[in-house]
Amino acid sequence: MGDDKGNHDGVGASILRLEDDRYLRGRGRFIADIRLPGMLDVAFVRSPLAHGRVRGIVKPQGREDKVFVMADLDGVKGIRADSGLPGFRSSIQPVLADEKVRHVGEPLAACIAESRAEAEDIAEMVALDLEELPAVVEMTRARDASAPLVHDHWSENVFLETSVDIDFDASIKDAAVQVKRTFRTARQSMAPMEGRGVVAYWDNLTQQIVVYTSTQMPHIVRNGLADCLGLDQGMIRVVAPDVGGGFGYKGILLGEEVCLAFLAMKLKRPVRWIEDRREHLTGNANCREHHYEITGYATADGTLLAIDCDAIVDSGAYSAYPFSACLEAAQVASILPGPYQFPGYRCRTWSVATNKPAILPFRGVARTGVCFALEVLLDAIARELKLPPELVRRKNLVRPEQMPFVNITKKIFDSGDYFECLDRAVAAVDLPAIRARQKAGEPDGRKIGVGLAIFCEQGAHGTSVYSGWGIPMVPGFEQATARLTPDGGLELRVGVQSHGQSLETTLAQIANEVLGIAPRRVKLVHGDTALTPYSTGTWGSRCAVMAGGAVAAACDVLAGRLRKVAGHLLQADPDSIVLADGMARAASGEISIKDIGAAWYLRPQDLPADVDPAGLEATQGYKTQRDTGTFSYACHATVVAVDLELGSVEILDYKIVEDGGVLINPMVVDGQIYGGAAQGIGTALYEEMRYDETGQPLAATFADYHLPGACEVPAIAVEHMEFPSPISRFGQKGIGEGGAIGPPAAIANAVNDALASLGAEVDTLPITPGRLLAKLGLAHDKPEQAA
Amino acid sequence: MKPVRFDYAAAADVAAASSLLAQAIVAGQDAKPIAGGQSLGPMLNLRLARPAALVDVSRASDMRTTRDDGGAIVYGGAVTHAEIEDGIVPDATPGWLAAVARGIAYRAVRNRGTIGGSLAHADPAADWVNVLTALDGSVVLSGNGTSRTVALRDFFTGPFATVLAQDEVIAGVRVPKRGPEARWGYWKFCLKAGDFAKASAAVLLDPRRDEARILLGAIERPPMVLSEPSAILSGRLSLADVVRLAAPHLSPESHALHAAALRRAIALATTSGEVAA
Repeated sequence: MGDDKGNHDGVGASILRLEDDRYLRGRGRFIADIRLPGMLDVAFVRSPLAHGRVRGIVKPQGREDKVFVMADLDGVKGIRADSGLPGFRSSIQPVLADEKVRHVGEPLAACIAESRAEAEDIAEMVALDLEELPAVVEMTRARDASAPLVHDHWSENVFLETSVDIDFDASIKDAAVQVKRTFRTARQSMAPMEGRGVVAYWDNLTQQIVVYTSTQMPHIVRNGLADCLGLDQGMIRVVAPDVGGGFGYKGILLGEEVCLAFLAMKLKRPVRWIEDRREHLTGNANCREHHYEITGYATADGTLLAIDCDAIVDSGAYSAYPFSACLEAAQVASILPGPYQFPGYRCRTWSVATNKPAILPFRGVARTGVCFALEVLLDAIARELKLPPELVRRKNLVRPEQMPFVNITKKIFDSGDYFECLDRAVAAVDLPAIRARQKAGEPDGRKIGVGLAIFCEQGAHGTSVYSGWGIPMVPGFEQATARLTPDGGLELRVGVQSHGQSLETTLAQIANEVLGIAPRRVKLVHGDTALTPYSTGTWGSRCAVMAGGAVAAACDVLAGRLRKVAGHLLQADPDSIVLADGMARAASGEISIKDIGAAWYLRPQDLPADVDPAGLEATQGYKTQRDTGTFSYACHATVVAVDLELGSVEILDYKIVEDGGVLINPMVVDGQIYGGAAQGIGTALYEEMRYDETGQPLAATFADYHLPGACEVPAIAVEHMEFPSPISRFGQKGIGEGGAIGPPAAIANAVNDALASLGAEVDTLPITPGRLLAKLGLAHDKPEQAA
Repeated sequence: MKPVRFDYAAAADVAAASSLLAQAIVAGQDAKPIAGGQSLGPMLNLRLARPAALVDVSRASDMRTTRDDGGAIVYGGAVTHAEIEDGIVPDATPGWLAAVARGIAYRAVRNRGTIGGSLAHADPAADWVNVLTALDGSVVLSGNGTSRTVALRDFFTGPFATVLAQDEVIAGVRVPKRGPEARWGYWKFCLKAGDFAKASAAVLLDPRRDEARILLGAIERPPMVLSEPSAILSGRLSLADVVRLAAPHLSPESHALHAAALRRAIALATTSGEVAA
């Protein structure tokens, strides 16, 4: 696409990443690299109990001025993230707990010292008087009448209950089969390489608290800080420096951020808190825990008639800001139907409160669990009907000629060919060869199986979607500023934040597509409320579409102004001028964009009297043509070998066919998919934050919380389809999360395929050796199944 | 996760190390030797270990050397896993130790972690704890001006517990040489590469020395050398029964994994003699 115009670095080019020079040389500037004169370190005293009443917090004698409890935080309010959905129960997350502690790791006091080690010494000396209360740990028991209440003023431990019924009873009349399963996904701890962290100081010059924080959304953090601190937004500046991965964990306001901002203002000294892994794993980063009771109704040929589902999401103790405690379950209900069409649907969800950290949106959010539940159910239906799993999918997928398609929950699938996606994935793993190999058996006695998962991923969805949920954050127009520098370079200012998405490269490519300025001459300014337009930030697979669209819109305006100046200097019609390769070209001649910049900034005497006074700087807002989101989609196909003796699973082959629409930089998209798939493999096979019956987390280090490493992630082959989205600027679709959605479903289906002859099925994530051996034990006890 | 304040001293040799440890004892301090710090480091950071003083033996000259005493190789206690993996020190076996070293945690850990440190830490799941016990290894303990040699089968007294006295360090690790006619199998089950083993087993068959030893490792206790190796090897005893009897405290899942480890270690020793990952 770029080649036709001679712009080899524009949309569609796999140019190397501009940010890699500093990252690969270890020269990034992350939160822990920031050191300010006189800076104090902060360590938090955290709750050792899952549930308890705070009777007293005693500061160590002689160190009273080094310890801060809630009563010391004058005027500070707790964090509140309500949903406007009817029946939502509100929770207030205290910045420092002072009445009750509701999960292990909840902050009770902040201790300051010259070093973190000394701050931890003081924290150890703080005496806690807590009255232990019975804890709510198991989500399926949280609604029991006998369950203790996480929030005393609630009538039951439920943030929100939802229910949808679309022609359910009428649709199941002709069902030949009814297949019911119970599924469960583990509570996980999303694990960016860099944890959270805050450095805050009071700036006398601007009379502002400057908060450096490892965040995906600096503007939203400022909103939240202003609310909690009771300050004008003008008194707060939030800066995200280099951020070492986010995955949703850095898309929330932390009590620690509020506390540090307050301490910087109160002490008039820089303060910092760098989250350690124990805090991260046990007290803060929690996600993914779902429970499904799901039933599929189908005809004998595999045509789906209806899906019925009761889903519980363990939302933890608090509603996290800004996404609230209902995002996860709301997604379950709206996204469960997947890429399929069927006439009947019933889904009830409960976002239950438990004595665990608040559940946070992790890459894919509820889609990973939903895809697991639906796709594993579909394979169970296929086995029940003795039909191949790919055929059952073909029976029910939305057909290409139906696009754009409005599905049963009113999602608008924008474009694509789900059949081609499925067929290519089936071909990529050579399904007939695997079936033949299965008949022959493995020389080492293992059982092999093949698994498919197909799903679509709504990205860059906007106002109409989020306003319906009534949460504190609703995305509107995305804005960007494009400014030509006097030497012909370009500055782009965006309110989103790049922390692994390669935006410094891809947004430069978009600017190049419009203006013909080389990407290396484009400087992206991002992650700073003082320097960038407002934005809800980087989340929801929205940046390529929304920030990309905004950059293009701003560059369009700038291009018009450049053409006008160039037209005057070249004595040519501005509309005839082509911007490419750093030049403005007309039939009469050409001039460099650098010389146009010089004319505007340095030699205004060369400009015509009627020049546009707005100059070579433009801010524009952008929305997609319809704000219901782009729908990228993918089919994951995997082959696994199951060792029946060990209960272990080896991934022999992993193929992904993905449609991200028009790809801005295919190499960057591949990277997003590989990284996401690695996390999905973690969800499928390794990652689990277990709790004991008193609510104590059982993994405090990475020795106990297992992340997949390089040896556990196979070489993944990605094929692209590029059906343009009709609603985005270049036809691009959001694909940031897809890689993490498919693997649990595909791997579980492959395991179940391998075990089919033994009559065993896995239903719980992660698929650990213990779980698999237990299932095989159960299978051994069962009478021989009819084949 | 920052350690409690501690004193630090580096020892130039074994004598200096035991003297520094002895001084700390006299001063009423809890002192600990540290070499690579790959186990003690995290425990310090988690404040699970709170010694008042650390004596660094990682550069103690006589703990960095390795000698051949005829029937065995004696490795300095501060020899690293990587030095064994890379063949920088001689292998007492036909390549078995290098292969075991290659499977310990990750290269970054192997670069710093030491053979003596691993044995002193006495994690029941650690490779050297089990492998060197199976190979009839022993440790040379130095302290208070004296030195004693203790067979590894007598060295471990419990999980993370040994006979090591407070002023002693593991100066050396003695591993009997094994010739080309000897057979060996070591197999461990890890949830992921680099993780501590959930189950392990080792089999040594050395006809020249008339030794047949079968060991069960990662059993939450010191490694267990099984009696009646010939009955096990001949198949007269069921491996599931052997495991259940030897380690009744383990769960059924763990029994299954250990039986699998045992079967695979035997297969390795009785066929190729290679070490599998």
